[in-house]
Amino acid sequence: MGEIPILQIGDCLLVSIQVDMHDQLAMSLQDDLTVRIVGSRARGVMIDISALEIVDSFIGRMLNNIAAMSRVLDAVTVVVGMRPAVAITLVELGLTLTGVRTALNVDKGLAMIRRIIDSEGDLRAGRK
Amino acid sequence: MRQAAQTIIPTLIERDNERILADWTACQKREGVAARGQISEAQLGDQSKRFLTELRQGAAAGTLDDLSGPEWDGTRVLLDTVAGERAVQGFSPAETAVFVLSLKEPLFTLLREEVGNDVETLARETWAASLLIDKLGLYTIEAFQKSREEVILRQQEELLELSTPVIQLWDGVLALPLIGTLDSARTQTVMESLLERIVTSSAEVAIIDITGVPTVDTLVAQHLIKTVSAARLMGADCIISGIRPQIAQTIVHLGLELDVVSKATMADAFALALRRMNKAVTDRAQPKQSGE
Repeated sequence: MGEIPILQIGDCLLVSIQVDMHDQLAMSLQDDLTVRIVGSRARGVMIDISALEIVDSFIGRMLNNIAAMSRVLDAVTVVVGMRPAVAITLVELGLTLTGVRTALNVDKGLAMIRRIIDSEGDLRAGRK
Repeated sequence: MRQAAQTIIPTLIERDNERILADWTACQKREGVAARGQISEAQLGDQSKRFLTELRQGAAAGTLDDLSGPEWDGTRVLLDTVAGERAVQGFSPAETAVFVLSLKEPLFTLLREEVGNDVETLARETWAASLLIDKLGLYTIEAFQKSREEVILRQQEELLELSTPVIQLWDGVLALPLIGTLDSARTQTVMESLLERIVTSSAEVAIIDITGVPTVDTLVAQHLIKTVSAARLMGADCIISGIRPQIAQTIVHLGLELDVVSKATMADAFALALRRMNKAVTDRAQPKQSGE
């Protein structure tokens, strides 16, 4: 199994993780994603984990890393579609993903990114 | 050597089935089992008859001093059913035990008549019968106790679910009024039901009202924070409301950091939730007064 596809919706990138992550896959995802953010000048990144039944500390750290990298490249990261059981497990593990924004589903995630980008746009316009 | 070979009890039950049944039912009636109307005489007669049949088969096939073998399966199942029914019908343990223990009298009478003056045989047979019936009685009480405990367990679960309702206040706004102390088990239930409802109602804001929580200590605060974090991971913001003055003081004195928006009352929290969702509650336009 090669790599995780990255889809572009307007100026957003959508990553849907549907297979078990391992080190190599996570590294190549981070590579691909950063290249794509720069190449497509994306302003938002959505990571859909609705297919994941198990999210461990490794994936938690990967999500945090991707969010931090995107931030450096001026893109907002939203993790969407987390299952209730996964949320409970993460909280019990003490991984609350404080650096990452979350939304219930892709729809709401897209709306959230749009809202953030718009408000930042206002900010920049005001600063001029 | 198996006791079944020595005793005449199975033969007696076989031969005088009708008589034992009649005497036994009379005995039970005298003990007032059917008096309170929880069980009809026909039902009682039917249970007694079925029990006697099972007892005969068990006694004929198996040993009398060990009821755990497969030959007693039928008897045990029947006693489980009877005890379970009586536990639900509100019988006391004594009333349930009488069902089996009252079998002693007719059985002993029969043994005395049968064996007659042979004291040694009589004593042996009576002892065997007594032992058997005591064991059956104990088994009945155990089954009764077990089904009572099942009832209590079920009630506890129902209580737990009743005490953690998730209410939909508005499109996308959930409320979670917490009543009573928050322990780990309850936090788990609360969290699960809240997260499930966040998914089904696609809520963006959840208001956790702690008016009914008597005290907030470090543990309760930790449970609250867990719930808030889990909701946040699902993409819903939490607001904590209903913080009483004493609790506000306790939180500060303990140095707890809730790290979440908190409001004094549910109304304030609801207003904030509406504002976050760009909604507002306004007065309705007054209808025009006519005739002026």
